[in-house]
Amino acid sequence: MTDRALAVVRAGALTTVQDRGRPGHAHLGVPRSGALDGPAAALANRLAGNPPDAAVLETTLDGCSLRPRSTVTVAVTGAPCPVTVDGRPAAWGAPVRVRAGSVLDVGAAVSGVRAYVAVSGGVAVEPVLGSRSTDLLSGLGPAPLTDGAVLPLGAPREGHARVDVAPQPAPPDELVLRVTPGPRDDWFTPAAVRLLTSRTYHVSPASNRIGLRTTGPALERARRDELPSEGMVLGSVQVPPDGTPVVFLADHPTTGGYPVIAVVHPADLPAAAQARPGTPVRFVAVRRRHLSGVIG
Amino acid sequence: MRVLPVGEDALLVEVSSGDEAQALHAELLRRRAEGSLPVGEIVPAARTVLLDGLSDPVRLAAELTAGEVPPVLPRARETVEIPVRYDGPDLADVAAHWGVPAREVARVHADTEFRVAFCGFAPGFGYLTGLPARYDVPRRATPRTTVPAGSVALAGPYTGVYPRSSPGGWQLIGTTDLVLWDHARVPAALLSPGTRVRFVPVPGSAV
Repeated sequence: MTDRALAVVRAGALTTVQDRGRPGHAHLGVPRSGALDGPAAALANRLAGNPPDAAVLETTLDGCSLRPRSTVTVAVTGAPCPVTVDGRPAAWGAPVRVRAGSVLDVGAAVSGVRAYVAVSGGVAVEPVLGSRSTDLLSGLGPAPLTDGAVLPLGAPREGHARVDVAPQPAPPDELVLRVTPGPRDDWFTPAAVRLLTSRTYHVSPASNRIGLRTTGPALERARRDELPSEGMVLGSVQVPPDGTPVVFLADHPTTGGYPVIAVVHPADLPAAAQARPGTPVRFVAVRRRHLSGVIG
Repeated sequence: MRVLPVGEDALLVEVSSGDEAQALHAELLRRRAEGSLPVGEIVPAARTVLLDGLSDPVRLAAELTAGEVPPVLPRARETVEIPVRYDGPDLADVAAHWGVPAREVARVHADTEFRVAFCGFAPGFGYLTGLPARYDVPRRATPRTTVPAGSVALAGPYTGVYPRSSPGGWQLIGTTDLVLWDHARVPAALLSPGTRVRFVPVPGSAV
């Protein structure tokens, strides 16, 4: 008898279901959500033989423990961590067979923040607006995992060729974020714009799936009036009244009323998802690939 | 009209009024529907429309900069009627701001044709415009930690309806039982940008 489900033995500090999110609904106030370290989640799916849109688990710092009710292939990627099956060491970053009733433990991250656990068949909770992702800003999608919860699994793909092992970038010792200025850099003093790209900031412990918060020199505004709410993109560097930049991650609000001084290149956001509190952050100004010299 | 680049593949188009933003938004939706605007998201807001996920932002920026905002707001696609009881705890404060008796707040509000200017704050929360500028009200000095779902509220030039219970600083003037957001329903959101809205007093409630 098959029982395609996964029992949560230890949920960990914050473990959520994530896939590629629900873009396309920002005009209704719905964040895009989805795995913060997209390449790590995609690799976990490939190692487990899943299609790229299968839902995985995203852990935060201290991993989780799971007991599948049928024999599955799992893969753990993202933040490097010890992996065990029934207490015996198993591979990180490679396919691992877990028999029905055995306990997979994903341990505390050695470095980085978020580990991704793909299970063959994918986590098959009911999708909301086309995605199974937990959105912590608006509460859409499944609730974060709790001890004792049971998650349904989808049917595994038959005869799908898996990759066995794949290189992964190490979590950053220093987070370098390439930024293009604007759209509201003119709301800040010229000194503030220089400060952002010349000084070192640090990742704040108040960071979450909504934004990477920083500590460091405050950025002074040139205008004191209120910015009417406007649309926000992934990677926006928004500056709230305290002057310290916040980099918007997947669960960011779709509109906001604080000015965005710059936007981070999307290719640099997976590393931001793995940067621990205290990690130095440098914002590096780059020329806009498409638009430089045309406008702005 | 100002076109501001946002990262590598988005543009923020800034216009001078909320009406212009709504007209521009309607025009961009029309272009997307006819297939001439490949874009991931079109997000209207108070004075702007954000275009995200553009394949050719340079060409579109040049086009928009050369063009003009369509002068007339197109007809709204549909009207959503929201049954309301004007029983909010801030009705008296709003009446004081407006300089009218409380029952007059209900009459003016129910006689107004609203339009969803944009959404944000929470899934299904629409910022509705339509009240004349003299009826603008400030947010409450101290936000409430909990505003019940279905609260009909005012802030600045906007009316909104809380789709679910949340903290909030708007002035509460009434309540509706209508479910504004249900992710299992199609469409999930009753209010989307451009929707026309009327508040209809529930029979028997004081107006």
